Amino acid sequence: MKRALPFILLLAGTAAMYLLMPYNLAFATRILVMGIFVLSIDLVLGFAGIATLGQAAMYGAGAYAAALFAAHAWAEPVAGLAVGAAAGAVVALLSGLVLMRASGLTLIMLTIAVAALLAETANRARDLTGGADGLRVAFGPVLGLWEFDFIGQTGFCYAAAVGACVLGLLALVARSPFGLSLRGLQSSPARMAAIGAPVYPRRVAAYTLGGAIAGIAGALSAQVAGLVSLETFSFTLSAEALVMLILGGTGRLWGALLGTVLFMFAHHYAAAADPFNWLFAIGALVMVVVFVLPGGLLSLPGALKGGRHD
Amino acid sequence: MTLLLNIALDGIAYGMILFLVAVGLSVTMGLMRVVNLAHGGFALMGGALAHWAGADLGLGFWPALACAILGTVALALPLERLVYRRIYGFGELQQVLATIGLTFIVIAAVNRWQGSALLPVPLPETLSRTVDLGFRTLPAHRIAVILCGLGVILGLWLLLDRTRFGIRLRAAVDNRAIASAHGIVTDRIYMATFGLGAALAALGGVLGAELLPVDAYYPLRYMVLFLMVVAVGGMGSVTGSFAAALGLGITETAARYLVPDMATFAFYGIVILVLALRPQGLMGRIA
Amino acid sequence: MTEGLVVRGLSKRFGGLVVSDGLDFDLPPGARKALIGPNGAGKSTFANLVTGIHAPSSGSIRFDGADISDMDETARVRLGIAKTFQITTLFTGLTVRENLRLAVLERERRGFRLFCRADGDPEVEAEIAALMDQLALEPLADRVVERLAYGQQRLVELAMTLALKPRVLILDEPAAGVPGSETHLITDAIEALPADLAVLIIEHDMELVFRVARSIVVLVAGRILTEGTPAQIASDPQVRELYLGGAHG
Ligand SMILES: Nc1ncnc2c1ncn2[C@@H]1O[C@H](COP(=O)(O)OP(=O)(O)OP(=O)(O)O)[C@@H](O)[C@H]1O
Ligand SMILES: [Mg+2]
Repeated sequence: MKRALPFILLLAGTAAMYLLMPYNLAFATRILVMGIFVLSIDLVLGFAGIATLGQAAMYGAGAYAAALFAAHAWAEPVAGLAVGAAAGAVVALLSGLVLMRASGLTLIMLTIAVAALLAETANRARDLTGGADGLRVAFGPVLGLWEFDFIGQTGFCYAAAVGACVLGLLALVARSPFGLSLRGLQSSPARMAAIGAPVYPRRVAAYTLGGAIAGIAGALSAQVAGLVSLETFSFTLSAEALVMLILGGTGRLWGALLGTVLFMFAHHYAAAADPFNWLFAIGALVMVVVFVLPGGLLSLPGALKGGRHD
Repeated sequence: MTLLLNIALDGIAYGMILFLVAVGLSVTMGLMRVVNLAHGGFALMGGALAHWAGADLGLGFWPALACAILGTVALALPLERLVYRRIYGFGELQQVLATIGLTFIVIAAVNRWQGSALLPVPLPETLSRTVDLGFRTLPAHRIAVILCGLGVILGLWLLLDRTRFGIRLRAAVDNRAIASAHGIVTDRIYMATFGLGAALAALGGVLGAELLPVDAYYPLRYMVLFLMVVAVGGMGSVTGSFAAALGLGITETAARYLVPDMATFAFYGIVILVLALRPQGLMGRIA
Repeated sequence: MTEGLVVRGLSKRFGGLVVSDGLDFDLPPGARKALIGPNGAGKSTFANLVTGIHAPSSGSIRFDGADISDMDETARVRLGIAKTFQITTLFTGLTVRENLRLAVLERERRGFRLFCRADGDPEVEAEIAALMDQLALEPLADRVVERLAYGQQRLVELAMTLALKPRVLILDEPAAGVPGSETHLITDAIEALPADLAVLIIEHDMELVFRVARSIVVLVAGRILTEGTPAQIASDPQVRELYLGGAHG
């Protein structure tokens, strides 16, 4: 029963968003997309301990790949998701072959540089991507059945379904031998090597899987908005998603989702009212979490009880 | 030939500006081993203070610059005590996050105080003239920046390599415990070094404003640029930052002249190449 | 087949410091050797060279006839050369059981499996339980390692290496930091090891050395001073001088 509780809450929350925000479904959908993206960072950083500020590289790659695929080949969205996932995985694999040898600050810098390089590529390939104007694409009905509608009902349900699949997949991975080995990598690479685990290939594999999921998030964002912009590669996106993850708590899937929901709502309402006070609040919050609550909000109940989370 | 000279001159000027705005970061991040994403925040403090001193107090350029540097240091020292001292021992990621948080707060504060518009600092007569070099003209301001950059690197070299403070700083960084056992007050050294980094940030913010204009979002806009210069140069090496800033500046400028579309590629391409081949940076020591 | 581990002319320099100086060393299957010597003699460095944590400056390491000098650590572990760390190196955020599970799964090359449960194999779980039983770790099974006492962590360190079922086992000061009342767990575990396993134990605790070792190598300043049976070493005047002369820390 206790294990099912988060699922029930999640389901109820998603349903509530759908019912309570009928005229704001675009925003609710963005939360779902962001949730998937933050989950991808959680896998890479929270589980495998790979510090990154450039996850947007794979998000953007997925978004552009899905849009271009729809514009030039096939406009069916689920196929587009697969293309987005493949694009994210390829970018992560190729860059990961270089990046996963680095660590610490160098690694963080390299992840930023890769995203910046891709952003510039998309910016220059204006004929293909529309450059700074972005790329507008009409997607066909999902599985040939459900048209994207003006209010965004299809978009929301579609994003929720994709999110559920990704969450289910990651829940499986988290409990698998692979997931356990990622936690091992994060905890002690030296011990991993000493038990005969191939550290570098394992890190590349984790980064690639994370890249595929970020690619799915990017593709989904393109499909529900019908638009891709250079923003999908931006440093701000990577940094904000990281902040969401830290707020909720790294290394736990629920932490990623909790952080995303809180951040997105706070951002939506507070930032609309006063962008600079919002920045102040989020800055203070991040510092509080880093100093006082390193396990994120998800560790708050445990910290209050003085006990340890399970 | 003229093209080459142009590239060299503009490249050096740009590189010097990069160096001036990044060298403070090289000091805090390179020497003190703290990933300081809030560096741009201190440059912004400097820029905002200089703007305020010039526009609201009616001070001239030089007094405004002095006011900016002193004011930034005065703000930085308490921050070192309250925030930075607690994150020296953290992992890179925690440092990244804490200093991003601090950056947000600085941005919000400056905006509350001065608004979100550009915060220009008018140049004095002597610096706004152009100088005729025979084959082309160059703003006096650029020449001043180049000289200033040379002065800073020379000054830092003297300070770090030739004074007791420098020796103590390096001892404190290499091994805090041993340094304190030798009676070196590491806390104070860290504070002084941090103050130095902040002062250099303010100086760079004001002097570099011609190419990297200052407004409230300055720290976020140029954060990556500063970090790249320091990472490529190598942690713990001011000369490395100098070489990296000039190298990156000249590369990007050359690309702008020769293949304008490729300038940004060239910049990030070099960054990735250097860091992939030498993860510790050009002149960094292997950890 | 008596080959096992064969080391010839192995040297290691850190900058200008020569830490291993032309070492020749054999560790055939079934061996029970001890490596002793004063602090800083280069014992841990030797172990790190053999397991591939450090690359040698010169010399060769062969295992069962094959040259493994250029193999990385992972490949050597997979061949069956494993060691415990002098400074405990564990997955501190995981429980004792998870630590061991990870070691067993990696030994079985299952680390890339995505779609089954890590704790879903009864055979693996039974093996973990047996290991914990052997080292009296059961009561701590579900405790997070970073919360254990240092001596308990040392036992987990040993268990991690045993979980790999190695063919060559190098123990770098396994008993350092373990309370005297629990050192018997370590000696018992070593005595219970399969007879054909080659064991090298680095240790300052002479009582333990004399109990488990059939042959002792003395390392001083990166060179092998002498090698012999425990009785020979105990009566060797050079060794007596070394240890009674106060060099032993
Ligand atoms: N990575 C390294 N870089 C430089 N010097 C090192 C390194 N590792 C070890 N040393 C030096 O090599 C020498 C031998 O160290 P080692 O750890 O092998 O000694 P040991 O015999 O295991 O000593 P102890 O009994 O204290 O464990 C020491 O002087 C040490 O400072
Ligand atoms: Mg040792």
